[in-house]
Formats: sequence, structure tokens, C-alpha cells
Amino acid sequence: MMRTSDDILPVVGLEIHVELATATKLFCRCRNTFGDPPNTHVCPVCIGLPGALPVMNRRAVELSMKVGLALDCKVADYTKWDRKNYYYPDLPKNYQISQYDLPLAADGRLEIPLSDGSTHVVRVLRAHLEEDAGKNIHAAAAHTGVDLNRSCVPLLEIVSEPDMHSVEQVLGYARAMHRLVRWLGASEANMQMGQMRFEPNVNLRIKRGDVEFRTPIAEIKNLNSFRALERTVAFEIDRQYAAWLEDPEGFSIDKLGKQNRGYDDDREQTVFQREKEEAHDYRYFPDPDLAPVVMDKSWRDSVAAEIGELPLARWKRYTEDYSLSPEEADALTQDPETGDILDEAVDTGADARRGVNLLLGRGAALANERGCAIAAVGVTGGQLGELVKMQDAGEVNATAAARIFDILTETDQSPREVAEREGLLAVSDSNQIEQWVEQVIEASPQAVEDATGGGKKQKGAFGFLTGQVMQLSKGAAQPQEVQQILRQKLGL
Amino acid sequence: MAKQIDIDLVRHVGKLSRIELTDEQVRTFSRQLGEIIGYFDKLRELDTDNVEPMAHAVELTNVFAEDAPGESLTPEAALSNAPDRRDDMFQVPRIIGTGS
Ligand SMILES: [Zn+2]
Repeated sequence: MMRTSDDILPVVGLEIHVELATATKLFCRCRNTFGDPPNTHVCPVCIGLPGALPVMNRRAVELSMKVGLALDCKVADYTKWDRKNYYYPDLPKNYQISQYDLPLAADGRLEIPLSDGSTHVVRVLRAHLEEDAGKNIHAAAAHTGVDLNRSCVPLLEIVSEPDMHSVEQVLGYARAMHRLVRWLGASEANMQMGQMRFEPNVNLRIKRGDVEFRTPIAEIKNLNSFRALERTVAFEIDRQYAAWLEDPEGFSIDKLGKQNRGYDDDREQTVFQREKEEAHDYRYFPDPDLAPVVMDKSWRDSVAAEIGELPLARWKRYTEDYSLSPEEADALTQDPETGDILDEAVDTGADARRGVNLLLGRGAALANERGCAIAAVGVTGGQLGELVKMQDAGEVNATAAARIFDILTETDQSPREVAEREGLLAVSDSNQIEQWVEQVIEASPQAVEDATGGGKKQKGAFGFLTGQVMQLSKGAAQPQEVQQILRQKLGL
Repeated sequence: MAKQIDIDLVRHVGKLSRIELTDEQVRTFSRQLGEIIGYFDKLRELDTDNVEPMAHAVELTNVFAEDAPGESLTPEAALSNAPDRRDDMFQVPRIIGTGS
């Protein structure tokens, strides 16, 4: 699209819904699971039978506190739950138990890494704990089926301030939040299972000369992939600018306010959703069945003590202390365990750079083959540390180290034991190497002729002979030493 | 002082609650709800300057259950009072759009 001299600033806020990884639901002891046959995890509480009483799940409150604290929020001393009244078939009580004026956590921030190595801070307005609704299944033409297995599953709603100004920042924030809640063990945040859902609100501030215009805010409901989020925000920015160009005075926040839009996955665009004026008259009031919760300092402190180093702090430490690139630091901070392995290796005195090369080389390749995280391939920090130190001391070369790394994923043996067993220890015994070199020279007369002939085949032939010796040594010889002896023997 | 519970407000609340009201019911409820709300004017006469706002009528706090699975109903039991069902699901007339 033509961007004229207008100065366009996208303004985006994001609501993120996260299903918490508890064993049971928020207000009853039915299992919190995904994918089981319909209505197999339901009881009087979660199907909204009259007289059933909800009881708060302690773990859900603690996981919410943990996320709140990790987001630098002020966790409330006193919090309560309210009824949000509306009618929908997947909401059997005709109200959702949510939090209105006293959310569990508020006024936080999430600092996110950007691809250029800098960071950006997004303020968090509030995070509150509520119950999820069931699922409407539109199978038959004339009817809708309702499965209430998801009804009453704990849902943390995290609301940001409108602090994102590009598609990259929106995605960065969404990904950082995804990483954080998984890191804390607060949620599996599996997108396919709907355990993390996004609702961006988007508008533009457009400056033309000295005049600033603001387009109406579009709120897009229920996006359940990063891809949908990315496309939606990008689409909205273009759509709003085009609409504003058509009618700079009319297409304004003052005249049109806020609009709900839905994302059409097939057409990859957002579409206007008409809503009844009164749909948002939720008539909140305190839920009389649930006791308020007091989160005193000692409780908050004990939850805070479970939070270790957070992903961004580790990312910064890796880029600064270990001089890793932003991408390397990012790859190593997808979960706490991978970095723990590296840190443990470094604690034994191993060189960080070599450790990273092994983890992001063989480790990442094996993880990719096996469809698991790098930490799950099965090499411990202790093993990695010893391997790196052996490599540093010239006891194994890079090829052998990679081979040993692979073998370590299947064994508890030490790298030294593996190296000895597999004959991968570097051979610096020059008599042994000389023998191999002589063997190769005898077996490859053509290559010897090329290598000593001075023609353009010389380089390739020399490389071939080196490779043959390395192969005889099963990778245990040091290539530099092999080449030195080869040169001697060939008179080069 | 109290908010007037006029006829339009009663109709609005009725609509939100999916309750169909006759004109006569609307008039009756308007009067009755007005009387109830009017009672709050009386409470308003009290001096509450030094009273903390109350967020909840219950004085209990921190009533929790541990996160350990218990018994659920069978689908058969859960659906036994459903007005309409299909397979193991509650069945309602087709809806379009999304919830909030
Ligand atoms: Zn239940």
C-alpha cells in the first residue's frame, strides 16, 4: 500500500487468556483435561446445577500469583470474585465467575527481547483469575452440541496496556508471555488445545503535518495461534489506514469508538461483528458463594521463592556474559532446563562457547530429529562440562566430541569412559600417526601423485589423504598433526 | 436520590435476563423494585465516613480445596435432566457467532 508522508503509529494492546495447568478445575474437583469424550469430566458445580457450591482451587490461586509476581505486578492483599452475567449455551450458570474491581494482580510489566538485540517494555494493566466456558460444537445443521468438560477450567486473563507499536512487538510480547507461563509451570499453553488465546485491540495514530488523527479501536476476538495474531494485526493496520484515507474526518475514534471484529481464517482478514448495544451490560456483583482471598506477605514470599531466574534475565546474561548472539540466547532460553545444563557445565569450569556449540549443534539436531526439547535429548550438565574440558585440553577433537555427545544421550557413562570405549581419544602418539600415514600413502598412489604434482588437483588430493588418515584413526587423530606428518612424508 | 426504576429499565433488565414480561408485570416490578431501591436512601442517611468499604458480605476468607481429583458424574447422569441431547452432548438450537 502507498504510504504517503503520513506518520503512522500503530497502537496495540493485548488480552491473553491462559488455561492454568492444574490437575482439577477452578471450583470443583473434576479433572482439568483436554480431548476426552464429551461430558466425562463434569459435576453439579461445573454444569451449573442449582444449589451446587464452588470451592476455590488453592493451586490455581498460587499459579496466578506466580505469574503475577513474575510479571512484576503488585499482587493484591485482598481479592474477590464477581459474577459476570450473560447468556450463552456453553455457560450453564448464565454467569461467569470472574474478577471485576479487585483483580488478583495489577500494574506489572513484561520486558521482551527484539531481534536486533534490544528490548521493549510492555506494561501489564492487570491479571485476573476466572473460569473458562464449555465448548459449543456445531456438528449438525440445525443444532449445536454442548460439551462442558472445559467449563470451570481455571483461566488467567492478562491484560496489557496499549504499549505495542509494531507487528514484531506484538508477536514478541505474545511469545514472551507464552514462554514465561510455560517456564513457570503455570500453563502448558498449547495453542492447538486452546490453552492460550489472544484478543488484540488495534488502532492508529496518524500524523499529517501538525494534526494528529486517531482511528477507531478494533478488538479482535479469540485468536488461537501466533500466525493468526500476526496476520490479524498486520491486516488491521493496513485496513485502518486505508479506511482513514477514504474518510479522515469520519473514520475516527471520537465518532466510532470501539468495534468488535472477528478473524476469518480462510480469507485471512478481519470482519465486522455486529453486537447488540446491551450485550456488554454484564451487571457484575460479588459472588456470594466464594470467600474472598487474602494473600499476605508470607504467602506471597513463599510463592516468589519458587520463581528462579526468568527467561529475559537469562537471555541478557547469555548475551552479555557469554557473548552469545540474540538468536543463540533465544534458542537456549525456550525452557529453563536447557540453560540449566549449560550453566551447570560452565560451573564445572567448562568454556561456555564450546558448550553452546555442542548444545546448539548436535543437541539441537538431535532434538529436532526426536521432536523434543534440547534438554530432553539426555545429556547432563556434568557430562557436557567434562566433554567440553576434554575438548579444550586437546584430548578429543571437534568431530570426536560431537560423536561422544550423541552417545552420551543414551548412557550415564562419563565422556571419558565413552571416549575410551569407542577409541575416540585423540591420538597424539606420532609413531601411531606415522604408521597410518604410511599405510594411506601406500594404498593411494594416484592421490600421492596428484598431491605432489603441483597441479590444480594438488589441494583436493592432499585433503583426500588427510581424510583417509583421519578415517583410519576413527577421528581420534588431530587433523593438524596428521597434515604436518603427511607434508613431511610427501616432501611438501 | 435513588435511581428511578422506570418502565424502560425494567424492560431492559427483563430482556437481559431472557424473561418475557407483560405490561402489567412491568408496572408491578417497576413499583416493587423502586421500593427496594428506595430503601437504600434510608441506609444512605447513616454516616459512613469512617467505615471501610465492604467488598463482600462474608467475613470468611481463604476457603480452599486442594488440587486433587475427585468424583465426577457419568455423562449419563449429567445429561439425565437435559431437555434435549444428542449422543453425549447437551443439544441446543443452532447458534452462530462467538461467546465472550
Ligand atoms: Zn465439576
